[in-house]
Amino acid sequence: MEVGILANADGSAYLEQGKNKVLAAVYGPKEVHPKHLAQADRAIIRCRYHMAPFSVEERKSPAPSRREIELSKVIREALEPAIFLEYYPQTAIDVFIEILQADGGTRCAGITTAALALADAGIPMRDLVAACAAGKVEGHLVLDLQDEEDKKGEADIPFALMPHMNAITLLQMDGSLTIDEFEQLLDLATEGCKQLYTLQKETLKEKYVTVGEEEGEEEVEA
Amino acid sequence: MTSTIVARVKQKRIAELIASGKRLDGRGLTDYRDIQLEAGVIERAEGSARIRLGKTEVMVGIKIDIGEPFPDVPNQGVLTVNAELVPLASPTFEPGPPNENAIELARVVDRGIRESKAIDLEKLCAVPGKKVFIVFVDLYVLNHAGNLIDASAMAALAALLNTKMPKFEVKDGEIVKKPGYTQLPIKNYPIPVTFAKIDNTFIVDPWLEEEEIMDARLTMTMDKDSKICAIQKGCCGYFTKEQILEATKIAHEKTQELRKLVVKD
Repeated sequence: MEVGILANADGSAYLEQGKNKVLAAVYGPKEVHPKHLAQADRAIIRCRYHMAPFSVEERKSPAPSRREIELSKVIREALEPAIFLEYYPQTAIDVFIEILQADGGTRCAGITTAALALADAGIPMRDLVAACAAGKVEGHLVLDLQDEEDKKGEADIPFALMPHMNAITLLQMDGSLTIDEFEQLLDLATEGCKQLYTLQKETLKEKYVTVGEEEGEEEVEA
Repeated sequence: MTSTIVARVKQKRIAELIASGKRLDGRGLTDYRDIQLEAGVIERAEGSARIRLGKTEVMVGIKIDIGEPFPDVPNQGVLTVNAELVPLASPTFEPGPPNENAIELARVVDRGIRESKAIDLEKLCAVPGKKVFIVFVDLYVLNHAGNLIDASAMAALAALLNTKMPKFEVKDGEIVKKPGYTQLPIKNYPIPVTFAKIDNTFIVDPWLEEEEIMDARLTMTMDKDSKICAIQKGCCGYFTKEQILEATKIAHEKTQELRKLVVKD
């Protein structure tokens, strides 16, 4: 994980998780166009999840698919609870997620990366959002499914958590699970998110602690 | 997180009532609105159904066509679900290509049918890798008064149960239709239950005003053996793990009740 890697964006982050390579950028808060979309008492979030044509085995058409439109929506809804939207009425915050290479669980990797980019942009947040998938493959309950496991497995649960608040902000599932298995997978996914959360915090500290030290040195010189 | 003043006043009233276990329209927290289901409403379609869930009204039409299978599953028929939020159904619906809400609706209904293996897709394969039947499920929202997901999914299942398949034989790698029809092979009955969270209280089957003020939404689809086959969290808020486990219990009961309304043997 790395933050602040794109010069133009207000905030940005990059994540490699297995073969997944994900880039996220945040622009805003800024004026809303078209104007009628603006909300009088809060900022709006606009989110675009997009897969690069070369990110998968067979070239994907760059036009947004129905899957990408749905994922953009659920990712937005997973990030929204973490942001103090009411601090920036009449504005928009744009979140762009590009999947450069996909290897299963890209929506979760996208959320983890976008949360870092939001923090990097200095947007006030209640908590970071960390996300990972849990699922059932050949009868075993597993964490962080790869592409193959995702396609052949019996069930897949994309899951996002604000770890400090224990608030689940993304929950989807497809496949077939008993209620007991589902409960176990929720616990497993929670653990996974907490691990990612630690990494996220370290990544942010790494950048800003260094910057802080540099500034400190300059002050001494002056 | 609503923005209009009217909605805030309403929000307070609805939330207070819900906290005391009541709802504005007199229902209990886990009561559905009155459900009327009619099958076979469109003669031209191979299958159809119309549901009235309170004032919410959805029509579902099934068309069956011949086409090619997906290369990764050459011996299976194809299922396609599409949703239209028809402009006549609500002042907030606009003409044009499906927006993210329509796409989400279609994909949640699709997931329930697909993941529960409701349709025996292998029986829809005529020539592996070449010719299969495609089942088009078109969700047509006619009046939007909340909880489109549950209404659409129940109507879709009712329509599938009502669907006729043309009899066919294979000649020289081509499908030749024969006179007469058989039933579309259905082997599972997925039923969704949608929850709205308002001030930390769960209600099922939210109607429009409750949807406008809800903090978060959760749809849980269960199959005939009460296994969970699809989940979708929606809207801007969040859930705790305890709340989700509580929802699975309610969904377990409710799906069994609702299934009796849709599936009559």
